[in-house]
Amino acid sequence: MSSQVSSGAGLSPAMMAKDLLVAGILAAAIFGTTLGFKTETAVGGLSLEYKMGLAASSIAIVVVGRLLLWLTLWRKGPGTGSASSVADSVFNGVVSLFEGRTKILGIAALLFALVFPFLPFADRYWIDLAILILTYIMLGWGLNIVVGLAGLLDLGYVAFYAIGAYSYALLAHYFGFSFWMCLPLAGILAAFWGIILGFPVLRLRGDYLAIVTLAFGEIIRVVLLNWYQFTGGPDGLSGIPRPTFFGLPFKRGEGNFADVFGLDYSSIHRIIFLYFLILALALLTNFVTNRLRRLPIGRAWEALREDEIACRSLGLNTTMVKLSAFAIGAMFAGFAGSFFATRQGFISPESFTFIESALILAIVVLGGMGSQVGVVIASIALIGGFEFFREAEQFRMLIFGLAMVVIMVWKPRGLVSTRIPSIFLKEKKAVSSDMVAQGEGH
Amino acid sequence: MAKWDENVLLSVEHLSMRFGGLLAVNDLSFNVGRGDITALIGPNGAGKTTVFNCITGFYKPTEGMITARHEDGQTFLLERMDDFKIPKRAKVARTFQNIRLFGGMTVLENLMVAQHNPLMIASNFTIGGILGLSGFKKAENEAVELAKYWMDKAGLTYRADDAAADLPYGEQRKLEIARAMCTRPKLLCLDEPAAGLNPRESEELNSLLLFIREKENTGILLIEHDMNVVMEISDHVVVLDYGVKISDGTPDEVKNDPKVIAAYLGVDDDEVDEVEHQIEQTAGSQEGA
Amino acid sequence: MEYFLQQLINGITLGSIYGLIAIGYTMVYGIIGMINFAHGDIFMVGSFIALIVITALGITVASGAGVIIAALILVLICAMLISSAYGWTLERLAYRPLRGSFRLAPLITAIGVSIVLQNYIQIAQGARVKPLQPIITGGHTIMKRVDEAGEFVVQISNIQILIIVTTLVLMGIFSLIIAKTSLGRAQRACEQDRKMASLLGINVDRTISTTFVMGAALAAVAGLMFLLYYGVIDFFIGFVAGVKAFTAAVLGGIGSLPGAMLGGLVIGLIETFWSAYFSVEYKDVAAFAMLAIVLIFLPQGLLGKPEVEKV
Repeated sequence: MSSQVSSGAGLSPAMMAKDLLVAGILAAAIFGTTLGFKTETAVGGLSLEYKMGLAASSIAIVVVGRLLLWLTLWRKGPGTGSASSVADSVFNGVVSLFEGRTKILGIAALLFALVFPFLPFADRYWIDLAILILTYIMLGWGLNIVVGLAGLLDLGYVAFYAIGAYSYALLAHYFGFSFWMCLPLAGILAAFWGIILGFPVLRLRGDYLAIVTLAFGEIIRVVLLNWYQFTGGPDGLSGIPRPTFFGLPFKRGEGNFADVFGLDYSSIHRIIFLYFLILALALLTNFVTNRLRRLPIGRAWEALREDEIACRSLGLNTTMVKLSAFAIGAMFAGFAGSFFATRQGFISPESFTFIESALILAIVVLGGMGSQVGVVIASIALIGGFEFFREAEQFRMLIFGLAMVVIMVWKPRGLVSTRIPSIFLKEKKAVSSDMVAQGEGH
Repeated sequence: MAKWDENVLLSVEHLSMRFGGLLAVNDLSFNVGRGDITALIGPNGAGKTTVFNCITGFYKPTEGMITARHEDGQTFLLERMDDFKIPKRAKVARTFQNIRLFGGMTVLENLMVAQHNPLMIASNFTIGGILGLSGFKKAENEAVELAKYWMDKAGLTYRADDAAADLPYGEQRKLEIARAMCTRPKLLCLDEPAAGLNPRESEELNSLLLFIREKENTGILLIEHDMNVVMEISDHVVVLDYGVKISDGTPDEVKNDPKVIAAYLGVDDDEVDEVEHQIEQTAGSQEGA
Repeated sequence: MEYFLQQLINGITLGSIYGLIAIGYTMVYGIIGMINFAHGDIFMVGSFIALIVITALGITVASGAGVIIAALILVLICAMLISSAYGWTLERLAYRPLRGSFRLAPLITAIGVSIVLQNYIQIAQGARVKPLQPIITGGHTIMKRVDEAGEFVVQISNIQILIIVTTLVLMGIFSLIIAKTSLGRAQRACEQDRKMASLLGINVDRTISTTFVMGAALAAVAGLMFLLYYGVIDFFIGFVAGVKAFTAAVLGGIGSLPGAMLGGLVIGLIETFWSAYFSVEYKDVAAFAMLAIVLIFLPQGLLGKPEVEKV
């Protein structure tokens, strides 16, 4: 055995035994307590239910698993030849397949997205899932402007999503405005709130900005929850008008969508329409963002992420640069929010918790900060993966959290980690992520 | 009267900067002449970078007045302006002692960011740009031309599409100067541009600076430790020590000033009296003149 | 006046709990500049472990003072040790591999860990709230007033005394550790310059692990206090308390131990007074708004060192 070990950090039984012992003790502390004893509410106080078998097997899995790792992947010492390098080579293989064909791939993906609802397998479930994924893609792209391009850490992005949703619901409820009138209004209102919030806090350093935006998100949610007369409080708002096909409602009967187009009425029409609506909104977000990246404002965002002081030395008003990123990012969240409201027909503060902000941020970071394609991949992986575990209802969030940790440890820079320059003289060369700065704070 | 006092580009008057108990700059006055290369020299900790930070608005001076004068007669009181307005309005650009480039952006992108303000106007504050109006296209092409011009002058054309962080040190220094020049400044402030350069690179830097002075009508104010660079290219040298100006004149005058020699080399105890005596005398004679 | 005094006592008690959690945030942030989002959930885990041990020992209010005190010390030690194991493992698995990497990466793993812990406890212990019969009862009347409006009594309960005293003692011990021991020196050195510290022979990884362990242990104490004070816990208490405690850490000046304590007190007091005099519903809004106001006018927090912008 020892002949196979090339370096000094080899497989010594003593070291291994010590490692396994430590792992066992830790596993015992972690699983032996919270898993081994379950507190049950009983008459006259709490009682304990013993689940020693479960705890013991968890501990055994940890120890045996680690032993197997030592015997297989860690033979040449821990850290070498680990699972991540296996995954890396697979990943790199997949990437090299697509490299240089991004344009064709983009068009193919777009075409697929356009025909998707008409494909034979695409029933209501699939289209609903696609709508959900597209909503997160749109939100991811919106937040990407703030976090990925401008490098401002925003943990309260969901607040603008909520503002968009409530704007539409309330405007429709109190003034009877239609969806198409509310959509721009919701975006403007969200952007306006972005500016209101941004103005005082954008002077703060990165992590302070993060906590204040988080606080802002919570404030909005608490207000929505408690302002009962206006927002319906925890009961939320229901009966939000469904979107119409430019004035033609998706209903049975004469003068409605199906009738005008000579189709048989089917509830799937509305779903397909919603699908194309969010697809169009997401594509708009992508188009505008890509356009902005090539404009002075977009370059200023990226320059801000790279070095704020240098920006100021070149005459850039960094407050305005930050505010514009914040406002435009918020605007897209506002659009997405009003779409969410019209799709659900019902909204309540429960849909706008911190976990949503975290999820959108995770999509941006996992995808690779600043990368539009990365957001798409991460949304499909996270939201799709989340759906995949629908059966394991109870364990869904647990697996989801674990996946976040594992992917991040595996690829800290995100899945797509190169930056494409916004302008080039001769040749467009991708910039390696090692050179791209991380934004505010450090 | 020296020529830099006749055609003044920047005048610093009675500038003081206090950090808590430390008086980093004490009642400093000097002029930077239009079309001159002015060197600000002094031992480490003399307050040179502080003066720079006051001129470029990163610090607000405790006392004093800093005035930039354009050829058309416009004057700007720099100590009252926001830092980002100084390059924008008063046309004073700067580089940094520790290079501050946009590392993840390409050389060309760095130079485009420097032209943010004119391009912002040309893009009708983004609205025209999003709609793809032709006015913006034209302005952008002009901006690329200016960037190409400065890449050519700095010898960076062949690296145009590489990330700034990927360049070797010497080229990063030159890129920073090129980037500052893309703001079309009237005064360029360089904080130790030759630091860390090898002799060949240093030579290239000198010719770049001389070119800027000759062809661009841009005044240069530089902090430098490398006396070869200072003596070779500057028209006017200001010497600081402990935040106080100890000498001000042509390179030859400064080179032979005993106070400068004392500040740089240190002096024996018995020489101190002599030097102090000389300082008093010169101070007296200056007042008399 | 009496009402005010009573609220003051309540506010200080709540603030002490926030302060204990905030110390964990502030120490970790100080040393590796990272928002350990999962810290609030370590607090939650700590209170669950305390609940399990208390139930296992079967102590009730009828057990007698001596038994209760001995049992609670045992509970405290168990909760601190086991929570430390959690803290150490998390650091090892989720944060250490990302050391020196992209700044946002550990923040995302921290959020991931937070989700994992919440759902793990939800699965392992059930989603329903866990009520605990009060163990420490009784209190002391500080002030009593009888007038035409009725009788008003200002009371400080034994549990409040316990919380405040424990907090003060732990605060003192930990300040001493940071100020006087070689571990504290190593921590401060790592805070200043991690690379230099490692060149000088400080085991940086171990120092950081110890910081996590210390933070987790204090969070477990806070968890026990919370359990004893409110008597109800569930898997979600970590999030709200965590956000408030982080707010407290930032408010006090992140990286500063006394700052965390002060910030905790301020947040606790604001929350209590706001609930008492204005509305309970908006107490979180008041605390967060206070945070925003302080940060805007005093960006380094109450006791933090002002940062000089280096050009």
